[in-house]
Amino acid sequence: MNPGTGNHAGEEIIIEAGRTEGRYWHDVWRYRELFYFLAWRDILVRYKQTAIGIAWSILRPLTTMVVFTLVFGTFAGLPSQGAPYPVMVYAAMLPWQFFATALTDSSNSLVSNSNLLSKVYFPRLIVPSSSIIVCVVDFLISLALLFLLMCWYGVLPHWRILTLPLFFLLALFFAFGSGLLLAALNVKYHDFRYVVPFIVQFGLYVSPVGFSSSVVPEQWRLIYSLNPMVGVIDGFRWAILGGGQKLHWQGLMLATAGTALLLVIGIRYFRKTEQAFADII
Amino acid sequence: MPILSDKAMNSVISVENLGKKYLVSHQSYTALRDVISDGFRAIGRRLSSPRSNASGIQVEEFWALKDVTFDIKQGERIGVIGRNGAGKSTLLKILSRITEPTEGRVRIRGRVASLLEVGTGFHPELTGRENIFLNGAILGMSRMEIKKKFDEIVDFAEIEKFLDTPVKRYSSGMYVRLAFAVAAHLEPEILIVDEVLAVGDSLFQKKCVDKINDVTSNGNTVILVSHHMGLITSICQSAILLDKGAVVISGDVDLVVQTYLNSTREREIFLNDVSASSGRPFIITGFDIQVDGRSTRNIVAGSRVTFSLQYSMCDVSSYIRFGLHVLDDYGRTICILSPNQQDPDFVHRLTRGGGGISCSMDQLALLPGRYHISIHYSAGGDGLSIALDRICTFDVVEGDVYGTGVIPSEIHGVIFMKGDWRFFKDGSARR
Repeated sequence: MNPGTGNHAGEEIIIEAGRTEGRYWHDVWRYRELFYFLAWRDILVRYKQTAIGIAWSILRPLTTMVVFTLVFGTFAGLPSQGAPYPVMVYAAMLPWQFFATALTDSSNSLVSNSNLLSKVYFPRLIVPSSSIIVCVVDFLISLALLFLLMCWYGVLPHWRILTLPLFFLLALFFAFGSGLLLAALNVKYHDFRYVVPFIVQFGLYVSPVGFSSSVVPEQWRLIYSLNPMVGVIDGFRWAILGGGQKLHWQGLMLATAGTALLLVIGIRYFRKTEQAFADII
Repeated sequence: MPILSDKAMNSVISVENLGKKYLVSHQSYTALRDVISDGFRAIGRRLSSPRSNASGIQVEEFWALKDVTFDIKQGERIGVIGRNGAGKSTLLKILSRITEPTEGRVRIRGRVASLLEVGTGFHPELTGRENIFLNGAILGMSRMEIKKKFDEIVDFAEIEKFLDTPVKRYSSGMYVRLAFAVAAHLEPEILIVDEVLAVGDSLFQKKCVDKINDVTSNGNTVILVSHHMGLITSICQSAILLDKGAVVISGDVDLVVQTYLNSTREREIFLNDVSASSGRPFIITGFDIQVDGRSTRNIVAGSRVTFSLQYSMCDVSSYIRFGLHVLDDYGRTICILSPNQQDPDFVHRLTRGGGGISCSMDQLALLPGRYHISIHYSAGGDGLSIALDRICTFDVVEGDVYGTGVIPSEIHGVIFMKGDWRFFKDGSARR
């Protein structure tokens, strides 16, 4: 028995046009080792290639935090619900940075692995999902820095910090769902590679990264929450900063529902187009 | 052994009426902006003339495979041959589940591993050790399996000293050896191999062929695509010949290979019809090889040989370039014979209407083996070049080229050269 291979001894497979593989998820599970290896490759390469390596995943959110704190906190004088402004910004930078890199990497993953796609069979879902793992590692490194910042500013962790993984999962699924959709579209329409950086840049301004979402007028809050990252970021702040942070529950529900919907659409579209990837990539 | 049996019970692969259609457009990928602009144009057209429903995008259908049916039995080693574009790679891609067929079905019983390229997924930044694990996983081996075979793989590839060096620093030979070593240690029930053995030096190739024979000796099935007929006949018992996406013949390997080689010869006759209609100022209409004035395809090494061409020409003022490419069985160009190099003013000696050209060599310098002739030519300033790919195949057999009774064979290289040997008493060579 060999779990890494597509086909067991004595098993019969049938290849036919339009045959939706009933055992697709079974196959995904069977190819899990390939998933580990691809993730492992990305991690190795990420930290081998860049001279400053791990420092990079700390520097990026840190410098952005300094700039946002200066611009929104100091110059514009926006409120922060009692938390130190830098910590408030950093608590939002964490999920945002993760989402942005995960979305970018997963939507480019199929095209950058086109060689694999045209030469080897495996459930294609493995490629975008494994590409997110390296972003998770980056996230964990930046998370360690958050605890240092909290010590520096004397912010005591609240019990709510235990709920952080839930909000992280929400960000992960949101990135995964939209990443799948964009990855599949990217194979078909190559100019989607110009769309993704735009989404990421645009998203940074419409999401409450540099400011608290409490500055948004109450009547707009629900519409504002249509962007699931609003729920994720609010959740991060609620869990990390404790105290004066309020959670907009309706918004969070909307974010969760939106993410679930996007995930379903992403997976379905991906599965529908997957068979043709090797022909058009 | 007939392979076209009616769904034999012990067949591991059965292919029924397999077809694969590609839509060929001028671009290799769709750009979103085109989809959007075409969409607007279509709306515009519909508004101006509501009846028309043309999409405006010019798409051509192309069947890479059509109505392909065959069975492969357990333990059979089968070769797939045919010209470039005959559908061989498409067939392998469908069998390896990389792409989906448009029609028909394939039933596969057993664990499949396909090797369509050496070193798929190798990452240049990673070390040899890391790439063994990565590549193994990509080819479908489990981590345990790779660990178990790790030493064997390293040994086979002969790269012990460079295990922890990034593969981007490897020589191309080392790279290929490592990549093949990983693949060679797959132990699938069905192995699909595409033209990957034609890499590396001949010693390593021999090792690979041995390994394949080894793998199949315990009842595994092999499907091999190659242009190298020698390899096909030495590994496979049966073969399938594909042409334009359809099976021409299948069965005993010698018969199929012979049919293939004869079909490449037939093209010399077709040459006339194909190019005559093109209305070009200069076309080549025939090619032949003669020894002692007789047409032949079996030539004794070192004999006097004449290559002859027929042409037709309607414009004497054109600038004409052409060359006869002599290729070996691996597709490497051994040499190019061209009047443009040896006699740049030859155009003035061509006659309006047409005629013949011959090129004689006192001694054909090729050592025994199978060779092919391709003709490339262009005329006039249109920049269009015509390639008549492998229009003629010939065999060179062993001959007493030095007149000494010592007969060189294919292990002595590809060509022979006569040197002027002299021997001196005092140890220093002089002119």
